[in-house]
Amino acid sequence: MAQFTLNINGKQQQVDVAEDTPLLWVLRDHIKLVGTKYGCGISQCGACTVHLDGTATRSCSIPVSAIGNKKVVTIEGLSKNGDHPVQKAWIEHDVAQCGYCQAGQIMSASALLDKNSNPSDEEIYSAMNGNICRCGTYLRIRSAIHSAASNMNA
Amino acid sequence: MTLVKTSYNRRSFLKTSAAAGGGLLIGFNWLVSCKPTPKQLLEMPEEWFNINSYIKIGNNGVTTIFSANPEIGQNVKTSMPMIVAEELDIDWKKVIVEQTNLNTEKYDRQLAGGSQSIRHGWQGLRMAGATGRRMLLEAAAKEWQVPVSELTTKNGTISHSSGKSAGYGEFAQAASQLSVPEEVELKDPKDFKIIGTPTKNVDGPKLVKGEPLFGLDYNKEGMLIAMIVHAPSFGMKPKSIDDSAVKGMAGIKDVFTIDSATPEGEEASWSETNAFHQLVVIVGNSTWEVMKAKKALKIEWEKVSSSENTVDQISKLDELITQKSDEPRRSDGNTDKAFKNAAKVIEKNYYAPFLAHNTMEPMNFFADVNANKAELVGPIQTPAELRSSVHKYTGIPEENIDVMMTRMGGGFGRRLYGNFGLEAALISKKVNAPVKLIYTREDDMTQGTYRPMYAMKYRAALDKNNKLIGFHVRAAGINSAPLFPDRYPAGTVDNYLAESHSLESNVSTGAWRAPSSNFVAYAEQSFLDEVAEAAGKDPIDFRLELFDRAMTDPVGENNDYDAERYAGVLKMVHEKSNWGEKKEGVYRGVSAYYCHNSYVAQVVDVALNNGEPQIQKIWCVVDCGVVVNPDGAINQVEGGIVDGIGHAMYSALTMTDGKPDQDNFNRYQLIRIKDTPFEIETHFVQNGIDPTGLGEPTLPPISAAVANAMYRAIGKRLTKQPFTQQLKEDVVEPA
Ligand code: FES
Ligand code: FES
Repeated sequence: MAQFTLNINGKQQQVDVAEDTPLLWVLRDHIKLVGTKYGCGISQCGACTVHLDGTATRSCSIPVSAIGNKKVVTIEGLSKNGDHPVQKAWIEHDVAQCGYCQAGQIMSASALLDKNSNPSDEEIYSAMNGNICRCGTYLRIRSAIHSAASNMNA
Repeated sequence: MTLVKTSYNRRSFLKTSAAAGGGLLIGFNWLVSCKPTPKQLLEMPEEWFNINSYIKIGNNGVTTIFSANPEIGQNVKTSMPMIVAEELDIDWKKVIVEQTNLNTEKYDRQLAGGSQSIRHGWQGLRMAGATGRRMLLEAAAKEWQVPVSELTTKNGTISHSSGKSAGYGEFAQAASQLSVPEEVELKDPKDFKIIGTPTKNVDGPKLVKGEPLFGLDYNKEGMLIAMIVHAPSFGMKPKSIDDSAVKGMAGIKDVFTIDSATPEGEEASWSETNAFHQLVVIVGNSTWEVMKAKKALKIEWEKVSSSENTVDQISKLDELITQKSDEPRRSDGNTDKAFKNAAKVIEKNYYAPFLAHNTMEPMNFFADVNANKAELVGPIQTPAELRSSVHKYTGIPEENIDVMMTRMGGGFGRRLYGNFGLEAALISKKVNAPVKLIYTREDDMTQGTYRPMYAMKYRAALDKNNKLIGFHVRAAGINSAPLFPDRYPAGTVDNYLAESHSLESNVSTGAWRAPSSNFVAYAEQSFLDEVAEAAGKDPIDFRLELFDRAMTDPVGENNDYDAERYAGVLKMVHEKSNWGEKKEGVYRGVSAYYCHNSYVAQVVDVALNNGEPQIQKIWCVVDCGVVVNPDGAINQVEGGIVDGIGHAMYSALTMTDGKPDQDNFNRYQLIRIKDTPFEIETHFVQNGIDPTGLGEPTLPPISAAVANAMYRAIGKRLTKQPFTQQLKEDVVEPA
């Protein structure tokens, strides 16, 4: 066990966990932020996506000891009132079916739009291909990202 | 308005009214740590009054509608309360939806399966709303000393012809004390205002914020984490366990085995389907600690039954479809003779692999069980069945077992089988503490309950005028027989024979989105395309001719479809897709199927991109009667299509020596955003008929529409799923 101080959603958080504990389980079990989901544990599904210094990162595959003072943002910290343009677009397009994958989808999409404010379909496909949606909401995900982009640029 | 007796499902209305007595104050039952939003708190009434099992109204008119059915992503938590709200005649913006726990006294069929929630709920939910409205009217009439007939309602307000009006909240208390009317009026569907209006998912705002809605998110003070290890292969069980490396590991509390084999003298229920009864369990403080211990555990396994291989399973199924069955499932006319007299015989076999459900949220359940009481929380499509299993295995009386359904990260049939819920209960009982059982993805994917492997042989006989005179289908599946003997084309051919075989296996199988239909539609609709081609007919015209026969002069009596509605979706998809129009470089396929009481026809456009076939666009026409929530409905249609294409193209679960070859998404391919067709255009037939299933019916036909379009593009009939596999195998290197 070791002490780690993490910057999560703008707050310093202390945890006492084994060094190899993936960030995902630190968030879910120790900090009780369960918006970040477990889907595969091996970087294949994207359900666990968070932002690490602004980059979309699979939290299931990065140990807590590798975080250092990088800033972690989870779905709970993406916006104060759930009103990030991507979250708003997700509601507008009523994207979710079961909804389980959507936190990860939103984190991947918002990281994409941070770097590319007007992505093409192809750019959306390559940024989002690591996020599985078992319910098949991909068409709405694509439309919602375009809407969020145009709202951000407006 | 139509006057209907409230006898249907009347107990739902009676029990609660009685229990509510004089306007009971009922606390808000927020699931887990889900707090009301500040806006909701502002709107919270000071007092709630129970009108019936589905409705409580606050003194300020804010209304809670209870959603009793499990939510697996089919959106019933929005669409079912919409039906109540419609007949209650209330402003949807003032409605709060609350998920109930299992309560078989109050609610019927709290089950998510067979796309039947809306169909079964329709009448009862309308009546619940209409009854509430009527009681509010009676309360207002009494207070204002006017006859009910002079009152009207609109958006949660009652008005009298004199001009006087007031909100429902004012009469909620009085209404809650009235007895249930003997008869209520239901709206004329043409007056619907909420039903038929696109309405957003009620959990949408919480989902985009990552609020804890799912079973995996559940937490209770003092809760431990448990994981299981099941045998690596079907046909094995644990022989000995060496936990010496584990016992001292940080955070680990206990290692033991449980056995969920059916207790002696009891009968196994279908919902207890499970290949692995003997499990090694690890219990600890946190998920990662338990996961690590799981890896360190040394278990010796022993073989108790055969170890199967996919290649053998295929050849056994292949052999079965060459064998006559002694008891045909249906036989019309004389098929042997028809084939003897045929001018042309077409024959083809079709195959499909095991599929895992792979819900995004792996199996998990919370249980807090002690000597005589159990609290269970988690994702389950069959809460009542789980309760009776837990009773059967623990002896705890059913009335002391509480089952709360969380939102589910997908179901697709997997959560009809509640073994994981039962396992959580057995583990909690053993450690005498609240426990959340979590399956890893690997546990989940290798655990079984798969969509069975299938094989199917079709034969068709055409006479010299290219008329279909004989049709023969022979089906085989693992632990099942994928056949619907009375579905189309039964009833359209004079000589028709349907036979089936089942191949027993120790690999457990279960319902997977649109059970059997998910394969039958593919095989049948691919085959009919080939028959149409052999007959020199357009594939839509060919099918319509058969429906004509079914309408004018049906063969047999038990034909399980309405030929007119079936033909209707085909005609509409013909029109919407401009079928027959030639587009340079575009190849089209069509398919239509009926299941879960709904009719679906689809057209697929495929284009060749550097010789690679690519799906461009899909037209989908659905006849499921009244569409309650068009927005949610289109989402279901699209989801079914994407799911159907994905599994037909890419997915398979195979095994070697009883061990699944795929255990995570690196080896088990699921459709991703890149592979998704660019566009899906959906149309619903507007006919005002009572609603039928929608969560499943768009999945089965799509794989055939794709195969038929692919055939036109590349000249090859895709007879084996997954198609990508067959496309690879069939590639012949140029000499
Ligand atoms: S859980 Fe991290 S990518 Fe799947
Ligand atoms: S909405 Fe269910 S997995 Fe994406």
